[in-house]
Amino acid sequence: MPNMVVCCKQVIDPEAPPASFKIDPATNKVVPPPGVPPVISPFDEQAVEAALRIKDKHGGKITVISLGNNLLRDVVKKPLSMGADELILLEDPAFEDSDSWSTAYALAMAIKKIGQYDLIFCGRQAADWDAGQVGCGIAEILGIPCVTIAKSVEFMDGKAKVERVIPDGYQVIEVALPAVITVSNELGEARYATLKGIMAAAKKQPIVWKPADIGVSPSEVGTAGRRTKLVKLFQPVKEGKCEFVEADSPAEAGAKLALRLREAKLI
Amino acid sequence: MAEYKNVLVFGETADGKLATITAELLGCGRRLADELKENLICILIGEKVADIANSAIASGADKVYVVEDPLLKEYQTDAYLMVMEKAVKEIMPRILLLGQTSIGRDLAPRLAFRLATGLSMDCVELSIDPTTKLLQQIRPVYGGNARAIFTTESFPQMATVRQKAMTPLEPDPSRKGEVVPLKVEIDPAKIRAKVLQTVKEEVVGIKLEDAQTVVAGGRGIGGPEGFKQLEELAKLLKGAVGASRPPCDNKWVPDTIQIGLTGKIVTPELYIAVGISGASQHIAGCSGAKNIVAINKDPEANIFKEARFGVVGDWKQVLPAFTEKVKELLAG
Ligand SMILES: Cc1cc2nc3c(=O)[nH]c(=O)nc-3n(C[C@H](O)[C@H](O)[C@H](O)COP(=O)(O)OP(=O)(O)OC[C@H]3O[C@@H](n4cnc5c(N)ncnc54)[C@H](O)[C@@H]3O)c2cc1C
Ligand SMILES: Nc1ncnc2c1ncn2[C@@H]1O[C@H](COP(=O)(O)O)[C@@H](O)[C@H]1O
Repeated sequence: MPNMVVCCKQVIDPEAPPASFKIDPATNKVVPPPGVPPVISPFDEQAVEAALRIKDKHGGKITVISLGNNLLRDVVKKPLSMGADELILLEDPAFEDSDSWSTAYALAMAIKKIGQYDLIFCGRQAADWDAGQVGCGIAEILGIPCVTIAKSVEFMDGKAKVERVIPDGYQVIEVALPAVITVSNELGEARYATLKGIMAAAKKQPIVWKPADIGVSPSEVGTAGRRTKLVKLFQPVKEGKCEFVEADSPAEAGAKLALRLREAKLI
Repeated sequence: MAEYKNVLVFGETADGKLATITAELLGCGRRLADELKENLICILIGEKVADIANSAIASGADKVYVVEDPLLKEYQTDAYLMVMEKAVKEIMPRILLLGQTSIGRDLAPRLAFRLATGLSMDCVELSIDPTTKLLQQIRPVYGGNARAIFTTESFPQMATVRQKAMTPLEPDPSRKGEVVPLKVEIDPAKIRAKVLQTVKEEVVGIKLEDAQTVVAGGRGIGGPEGFKQLEELAKLLKGAVGASRPPCDNKWVPDTIQIGLTGKIVTPELYIAVGISGASQHIAGCSGAKNIVAINKDPEANIFKEARFGVVGDWKQVLPAFTEKVKELLAG
């Protein structure tokens, strides 16, 4: 039975209305939109789903790890309510403002501490910084293979068969375990939490690990452990000059649009 | 770090030719190398790629390293990683650029971690800071809602570059350059992720990435039947059909036509978005279109902030009349 680890990041809801998106130029940070709670990054929910599908078939254990600071319990517990077994939080002010390097390093060290793992699932990219590096980084640090952008994962003894999305189709890849797999939306929708799941999750306490618990010094994680420096974060300016084609009826507007596009030499 | 010098481009091939993204990277790399007064180097990896080296030179490279091995016929992470690790240690580039492609997305982060250096993925602008001489890496973040400028102080400074974000040079066959074969021993036992099979969906008609007109549908189309109407219009305009993510997720259309941050990047003359709200992650794939036309029943939809022309209305009523009129105009 496989031991599985899923890395889930808490992010600002990426589907919040674009108009609510604000940056604080003084801190170079995004201001969380008021009234919109954070979520588990969507690809990470699908990574949980990938692990659950394997558990449905083969049994095994799913441990979820989230790294950050001041993580909202209601948010980070969602994978438990979907059916994951255990939640580990790497939670400490020292973990704040991590980049791909410091995140992957801390997650890899936590996974080492867990010790037993056959499959490690990540999302293909986190919906805030869209980096798409941490899964590969964990694999490199642990010295194991990684298959990225998966749409299906089949567990077999000592190996896995993964379908990897490519622009015009997919590849079938066989990978020796343990391995990291990064999951894409083509996997299909993540399941909803069941009422039973929510009640079970409410009773479970997450395990909280500090840098010292995973054998790293605060200078190796968070801001201190970064290899990329954020010079500036800004919102590109948009002119937004749409010419609305109007008419008495939608059909007339359609015909008028065609004429307008002809005038503009676009058709 | 005086010993790291020059700009290195990881080259890709497509149908036995230099891939478009590689020409784009060489165009950008040339500019950076000139600014640094250093050389532009390209590396080509594959079973037989030496013939392509000249196109890389024509597109701007001063020197091309060629690594050939039957084990490199197809991209496999572990094998390419071994080659690139060795190549970078030998070439010691100041800057290393890869494309934000299927290969680049997989190879670049692994390589960065192996080389213990920083990396910015999916950059849309790159420049040299005049005072520090560091590479300024500009990339969209938060699904395209924001942009960030990054620098790294470890070498090589690595970035992947979004497709169609950079302009290639006009190929000049008279350009001179050096072609250098590079031998790398590949231990097949170290290939732990093996490609067993590649399944490609046949594209009928014009490829989405190349189309000058794209008719794209979103969740507002409501089902696979609606897409038939979009196909009819696309055919009429000699274009291709694309989609936002929900129609792909819902299996109304194949995954391969998804446009956006994690789908295809298109830059047509004309992009007709029907029933698409214009989420930043979708716009990431079509903001390079010259003209966006939007049909959406919600006057507040974000797509109208991107569009040059718009109609507020139910597409089921707007589109048939539009298509009819287009037919008439094209006929006469
Ligand atoms: C990390 C990440 C990556 C993503 N990558 C991508 C990506 O690559 N590509 C992508 O597209 N999305 C991507 N998304 C999803 C994206 O955030 C949006 O959810 C998605 O683009 C919305 O698609 P839509 O506009 O079709 O649907 P909706 O946002 O639901 O909009 C449907 C629109 O149709 C209109 N409509 C409905 N009925 C009608 C009608 N009868 N006539 C006219 N108009 C009508 C509505 O007014 C609405 O504006 C990503 C999300 C995340 C978090
Ligand atoms: N803070 C975090 N906590 C848990 N998992 C993370 C964290 N950051 C990144 N990951 C995992 O790594 C994936 C890729 O992240 P990134 O490289 O930041 O785009 C995410 O989809 C998660 O699975």
